[in-house]
Amino acid sequence: MAKGDPAGTARGRRATPRSARSGGKSPGTDLVQLLTPEGDRIDKVTWSDGTEYSVDFTDEEYRGLYRDLVLVRRLDAEATALQRQGELGIWASLLGQEAAQVGSGRALRPQDMAFPTYREHGVLYCRGIDPIMPLGLFRGVDLGGWDPNEFKFNMYTIVIGAQTLHATGYAMGVNMDGRTGTDDGEAVIAYFGDGASAQGDVNEAFIWSAVFNAPVVFFCQNNQYAISEPLERQTRIPLYQRAAGFGFPGVRVDGNDVLATYAVTRAALDNARHGQGPTLIEAYTYRMGAHTTTDDPTRYRIASEVEAWQAKDPIARVKAFLTRQGIADDAFLAEVEEQAKQEALRLRERVLEMPDPEPLTLFDNVFPNGSPEVDAQREFTARYLDSFEGSVH
Amino acid sequence: MATETLTLGKAINRGLRRALEHDPKVVIMGEDVGKLGGVFRITDGLQKDFGENRVIDTPLAESGIIGTAVGLSIRGYRPICEIQFDGFVYPAYDQIVSQVAKMHYRSQGKVRVPMVIRIPFGGGIGAVEHHSESPEAYFAHTAGLKVVACSSPQDAYTMIQQAVASDDPIVFLEPKRRYHEKGQVDLDAPLGDAYPLHAARVVRPGRDATLLAYGPMVRTAMEAASAAEEDGRDLEVIDLRTLSPLDLGPVYESVKRTGRCVVVHEAPGNLGLGSEIAARITEECFYSLEAPVLRVTGFDTPYPAARLEEDYLPNLDRVLDGVDRTFGW
Ligand SMILES: Cc1ncc(C[n+]2csc(CCOP(=O)(O)OP(=O)(O)O)c2C)c(N)n1
Repeated sequence: MAKGDPAGTARGRRATPRSARSGGKSPGTDLVQLLTPEGDRIDKVTWSDGTEYSVDFTDEEYRGLYRDLVLVRRLDAEATALQRQGELGIWASLLGQEAAQVGSGRALRPQDMAFPTYREHGVLYCRGIDPIMPLGLFRGVDLGGWDPNEFKFNMYTIVIGAQTLHATGYAMGVNMDGRTGTDDGEAVIAYFGDGASAQGDVNEAFIWSAVFNAPVVFFCQNNQYAISEPLERQTRIPLYQRAAGFGFPGVRVDGNDVLATYAVTRAALDNARHGQGPTLIEAYTYRMGAHTTTDDPTRYRIASEVEAWQAKDPIARVKAFLTRQGIADDAFLAEVEEQAKQEALRLRERVLEMPDPEPLTLFDNVFPNGSPEVDAQREFTARYLDSFEGSVH
Repeated sequence: MATETLTLGKAINRGLRRALEHDPKVVIMGEDVGKLGGVFRITDGLQKDFGENRVIDTPLAESGIIGTAVGLSIRGYRPICEIQFDGFVYPAYDQIVSQVAKMHYRSQGKVRVPMVIRIPFGGGIGAVEHHSESPEAYFAHTAGLKVVACSSPQDAYTMIQQAVASDDPIVFLEPKRRYHEKGQVDLDAPLGDAYPLHAARVVRPGRDATLLAYGPMVRTAMEAASAAEEDGRDLEVIDLRTLSPLDLGPVYESVKRTGRCVVVHEAPGNLGLGSEIAARITEECFYSLEAPVLRVTGFDTPYPAARLEEDYLPNLDRVLDGVDRTFGW
């Protein structure tokens, strides 16, 4: 193996989810962490394959990451509230996963392409997309309103695991276009969950990316559950170790540590853009809320487990670090709070104003070249709607 | 007679419970079916009472669910697979059409795969994409599979048990928007006396035109029939129940009397069930028809965003419009 065998160090170790579930213990040394839950900085970490991970941020950059985390959490909370008030059909909250998303999202360069699943509101934010966009999907007024080409952030993907193959194919195209091998080369990132790791598509993506040396980073947010099913229903080994069997490196990072997720993702993306092929990153984290607003987590997990993860909160530890180091003072923290509040308020106002789509848009964009059948159905429907008195469409 | 008022969802739950009790080889498998009781709670409480080996939370992999159920079937089990939502059956599509459907035929009858594939189907619940599809035509088009759709609590209760007891592989479609609708269910009636699984049923007799529907649209068709009464039209409503094989005997009999027929389904019209039904009625009842067989269906577009689904799905008005057109011929 080109980059050493990450499985070598962990052979024979128990699948971690058991210990994690029974009290939320740290998964041990197989984890890159640069900021402890208490807010202590770790200078650098050497992974078992010899790779060194560290970050060197300016104070301004640290503050920026903190701002991102707070904003993303606040907007997510607003969306959850909007769902409760009937303004959204459903919402998939990222609560608890902010660091994994902001860390990886900020590690992306403008030329990199991202393929998300349906919970990546934090990455979406980092890509510069208006945070109202996913709310249209969950409100049911559209199927995703942003331009994936413009923002280099594909549409949300609800069919579990499908996007990992799209990312791989896109990355193969990057190779074919000769856009790897330099510092300004392109890389691709695919987001998915621990549950998705069981899908055939994801395993096929692993095989293809390895065989074609595709510049793709597989970013698995292991939030411990696929709806009600705990990790051990999907795997008996730590997920990052899967990579070894497919022939590329795997690394596990503390997904609640924004610095570590940034460092690990940046390194994997750089490897990809320099022609070194895929990496699997397992961001070890926890979904603090329900799977979606229709879910009842009390049926399948216990309060003490949630509390144990509360102690590892991704924002609290950055805050502790920043204040202790004098990087952030009360005025800054208050300013960020206020900004988050204002942006959430604006989001709310705009959601309430989001109009329902016109009925006949139903027939738009079925085919780029149109279809006589669809056109006929549009005309039929227009006449039909006109037959109702006082109809407007 | 122990009748109870149950929702359609609860009736399926009770039917599954009976099937598990009746035959130790019956197992339920799928995503979240155990502790959670399924995302619609259709398997609620079953794992608690029958254990993790009978009600199995599987990895999140549909091809895996169906493919392993094939193996379990060959081993003598009778798996009931839950696909969480209609739009998620496609990762398992290859296993269903290439393997499940063909095992018996290609083994010259020596291998049986007596499995049931339960799929909550159809729209009208305001969900995001991939949660509201009507994939029945894909499966009905595949020889070797049987496809049925229930529409009432009583049928749901008996049909699921009949499907489990059958040696044929059966795609069992559940109208998810009707899960919460209530009806009387006779819980103790012997299965042998139940209305046959592969038979259509007249659910409302009438003289002037025949409305055909299945699954979620049966109720809409019934409402249309009531509304049409005010216009002095007496509509017969037939619940198809079995989509493959189609049971068109009662349909021919009805259309020969009424002379008019409207088929209603949520799936897109192009090459949908309605097309096949219209063709066959034309062949069998040509000289009795006063108007061509009309279809009221979903459009030939992908299932749209939730705020457009009222415009996409056949509703009471659109069914009545179809009825008007057949009388206007
Ligand atoms: C192919 C497919 N099967 C089932 C579902 C229903 N479903 C939606 S999310 C989910 C769990 C996903 O878990 P995981 O991959 O761990 O991601 P998470 O939601 O935890 O981020 C399931 C089963 C789906 N969307 N797609």
